[in-house]
Amino acid sequence: MNTSLGLAGLGRRLVGVFILVALVLGLFAIFASPAMAENEMVGTRFVYTDLESGERVPAPGVLVTVDDSNGEFVGEGESDADGVVEIPVDGPGEYAMTVDPASLPPGVFLADAERATVSVQVLPNQVGRAIFQLANESEAGASAGGGVTFRRVAQLTVEGLKFGVFLAMAAIGLSLIFGTTGLINFAHGEMVGWGMLMAYFFNVFGLVGVFGFMEGWPAPFGGGVNLVWAILIAVPLGMAGGWVFDRYLFAPLRNRGVSLIAAMIVTLGLSILVRYVYLFAFGGVPRFFLDFTAQSGIEIGVIEITPKDLITGIISVLILVLVGVFLQQTRLGKAMRAVSDDRDLAESSGINVQRVISVVWIMGGGLAALGGVFIGLSEQVSWNIGFRILLLIFAAVVLGGLGTAYGALIGALVVGVGIQVSTLWIPTELKNVGALILLIVALLIRPQGILGSRERVG
Amino acid sequence: MPTDLSQLERTPGVAKPDPILVVDNMRKRFGGIVAVDVDHLEIQRGVITALIGPNGAGKTTFFNVLTGFDKPDEGSTVFDGDVINKVRPDVLAKRGMVRTFQLTKALTKLAVIENMKLGAKHQRGEKFLRALLSPMWRPQERSIEERGDALLARFKMDHMRDEYAGSLSGGQRKLLEMSRSLMTDPTLVMLDEPMAGVNPALKQSLLDHVRGLKDEGISVVFVEHDMDVVQGISDWVVVMAEGAIIAEGPPESIAENKQVIDAYLGAHHDTPLDLDAELEGAHGEEEE
Amino acid sequence: MDGFFVFAIDWGFIFDQSVKQAVDINAIVYALAAIGLNVHFGYAGLLNFGQVGFVAMGAYGMGLGITYWQTNPAIAVLIGIIFSVVFALILGLPTLRLRADYLAIVTIAAAEIVRLMARSTALRDITQGAEGLNEFIGPFRDLNPFSPGAEYGFGPFVWSGNRFYTIVIGWTLIALFLLLVWQLMRSPWGRVVKAIREDEDAARALGKSAYWYKLQALILGGVIGGFGGMVMALGNATVQPDFFVAPLTFFFWLVLILGGVGRVWSPVVGAIIFWALITFIQNLGRQLVADGLIPTSIMDTTQVDQIRFWIVGAALALLMVFRPQGIFGSREEMALDAH
Repeated sequence: MNTSLGLAGLGRRLVGVFILVALVLGLFAIFASPAMAENEMVGTRFVYTDLESGERVPAPGVLVTVDDSNGEFVGEGESDADGVVEIPVDGPGEYAMTVDPASLPPGVFLADAERATVSVQVLPNQVGRAIFQLANESEAGASAGGGVTFRRVAQLTVEGLKFGVFLAMAAIGLSLIFGTTGLINFAHGEMVGWGMLMAYFFNVFGLVGVFGFMEGWPAPFGGGVNLVWAILIAVPLGMAGGWVFDRYLFAPLRNRGVSLIAAMIVTLGLSILVRYVYLFAFGGVPRFFLDFTAQSGIEIGVIEITPKDLITGIISVLILVLVGVFLQQTRLGKAMRAVSDDRDLAESSGINVQRVISVVWIMGGGLAALGGVFIGLSEQVSWNIGFRILLLIFAAVVLGGLGTAYGALIGALVVGVGIQVSTLWIPTELKNVGALILLIVALLIRPQGILGSRERVG
Repeated sequence: MPTDLSQLERTPGVAKPDPILVVDNMRKRFGGIVAVDVDHLEIQRGVITALIGPNGAGKTTFFNVLTGFDKPDEGSTVFDGDVINKVRPDVLAKRGMVRTFQLTKALTKLAVIENMKLGAKHQRGEKFLRALLSPMWRPQERSIEERGDALLARFKMDHMRDEYAGSLSGGQRKLLEMSRSLMTDPTLVMLDEPMAGVNPALKQSLLDHVRGLKDEGISVVFVEHDMDVVQGISDWVVVMAEGAIIAEGPPESIAENKQVIDAYLGAHHDTPLDLDAELEGAHGEEEE
Repeated sequence: MDGFFVFAIDWGFIFDQSVKQAVDINAIVYALAAIGLNVHFGYAGLLNFGQVGFVAMGAYGMGLGITYWQTNPAIAVLIGIIFSVVFALILGLPTLRLRADYLAIVTIAAAEIVRLMARSTALRDITQGAEGLNEFIGPFRDLNPFSPGAEYGFGPFVWSGNRFYTIVIGWTLIALFLLLVWQLMRSPWGRVVKAIREDEDAARALGKSAYWYKLQALILGGVIGGFGGMVMALGNATVQPDFFVAPLTFFFWLVLILGGVGRVWSPVVGAIIFWALITFIQNLGRQLVADGLIPTSIMDTTQVDQIRFWIVGAALALLMVFRPQGIFGSREEMALDAH
């Protein structure tokens, strides 16, 4: 079985895909980038969901103050009729914007009351964007006022699908790693975090953040690059990470005959180590990418969606379709499915199982990284995305069928939509709990998941 | 008293005078493949029945279903008068059906005598609350231990009683598994390829022990590939091929049975390589 | 040993703190949780990655007994036990028939559910959300035979009356549970459990219900973990949801593996060694930072506390690769099937 030909063909196809994606992203980057500012500023836009209309409505008259990194007061302002407020600052650097919650419109308050202050990075000639999540009084309550309108269901479903495709990219890797090696990779969440944080690093700092001598070099060495390029750096880094994990850790463990349970505990230990290194390096406060972060939504039919979410969502769907095509049509993809199904049988058919496993880790790492970046763009960049996403990945793969890629996809979509739509009835803070309860219930009713096989389950 | 089976008709599914196990309409599929397709089978009490057939005949699956380690898609099994469809193996063992495994499962981290004691039924000390108080189970434990030692002596393993089962040789583990299964006081012992991987010296000893079971009135069913063994100790043979039972009868009759030979060697084994005859379908046998 | 300065580091203080912490409340909690985990994994082969959930159940059960159900300490402890048992049933009933990995996934998710629900505003009336339960300690302190104002102990091992009380209770519980586990494992019950761990099918073929015994083991280990939570509650006089974060489960696992899986007393030894080491390293780190020997541009004092996570994570991975039997375990005991 000539998998080397398959690998070269795959290589060509992947390069082609990346060039295509890069062109597409590049075009949108040009059109969607924020207007050049003369001076540095710290800005934000306040919007919330009006309960009666279900529309996103700006909040005028909200008071904010800005302090610099020494805690010195820099400026203050009030949001205008569009909910926008921008405050000039004295130069690039780190600033903190604080909201006065009392100035929010009646019935509206900060979704996270502990985060009235957000830190913002301002680069030369840029407007640093702060994001504040606003919520309506009943949104945090047990039942959301405004009821179950078609518009709300549609909006939530779309948001759920969007998160679902990101989750799917993260989940497919874990499912395939399990399918081909029997290992449950508890560090998969940190691979998602890796993509997110690497993209942030290259977006904001560039390599000079680590290698001080690169001061003055062109970006990405001397400084940050546009997020699009940062993504194109982060994803290969994710693929490399996956490859390294397998080549230098899990393959040797497999060859030594270390039991799967021991290997699982190794992934657990690594996930804790890596996660807290992230905390050390990145800090506990969530941040945002420099580009595309604060966008207003555009209306499509009854739903409202930001351009970045729309684009990343479409790209994700494209990538998932490509993965599907890869698994169905290419030799390597079929080999992957064969190994996942029955490893011994695949091996005796002449498939190079070790190579397949290696590709699975590379693919898983890359997909996880991309999912991480998109989630970071859609929500926020934080150090502990890993654990939260890991549990949701588990819910997705158990629902869909542990070991199959399509199962992971279906499961992720169900989990994504389920989480979002469930907020119609349960408080937002508990929406992840819903997914986890769904996981346990699924195990009761149909442990092999939607697409899994009974024999694997025991 | 072993029943005289020589007068029975030699057809698949023939009724037995005093069956201990009766199977009806059992089917099991794996994906598109039919693994088991048994219309009717009766196992006679108190005799040694062999279950044979070529590779892929479905013997193992059938065996696993009978012993509760797998579930059929349809069909019913009656063991000693009780319907036991989809009953779990531990329940079956409590009711008197015990099985051994082709890949011997000697519990290596327990001593030989502990392996034996494990097999005993109705142990008070196995219940959580009683276990907390030694006096509640010590006396029973002692009598179980005596039984274990007696069995080990019968199997000539008593000198190994305190060794960890992990240090036993393959053959010794087979003996351990067989003697351990007797601790459950079974009425029916199901042996899964008992001679697999056993050296010739030990084979004779094992055969004697299996005969010994019959002498005690225990019914035996065993799956086996070794035809000498089958001829040597079985009273009745059941032949499976492609999931169905194709023949039943005393061992001598089976050895001469054309259908059985065909199943093992494939059709047309004894015909000349005559293409014209093949094309004419001269033999009218099943296609390969 | 105080005031023993070398290189501007008070080694005496660090040493005193390390040995004191080795037997203090944290060590007790970890020891109890690890004893429970030893029943789960060491004896029954169950992959429980949610032990912190059991600890939370014991703590909240006991606390709620006083704050919500307003009963006496004895009933409150009973409620803590009941919470742990129910949690074990919820986890075990659906998953114990399935492969071991599924239990791992479910337990890690369930423990997080417990924390999120305890923290939620929806259950605020009962669990007091993020601030947690703070009003339960009174009735327990009333039972304290030691004088709260006085100090008890010798050398570095000196504690105030209330803390000493909790420590005495804690070590008594440890001794009790060690005895319990020892007795169980030498009984026929223990024999069945050991057999199931090695080969479920063999045990089933001999008439033992693997499912039922695994459930019992899950309940037992969970209740012991729950007692760990109760000691934590007594010691801290507060029960807060963010005490029970997921990484804590893996601290317990490290303690278990470090001591050596499958020996009755090794979880306790593991807890003592772990706390001595961690305290040593953290105090050393803090002093190095405070003295400027580690520049704050690299690490400040809050970040020193994060070191423990790195150590636990790395130690878990390294131990499983190079010495899975820990200090006192045997290599053969650790060997487990792939599936």
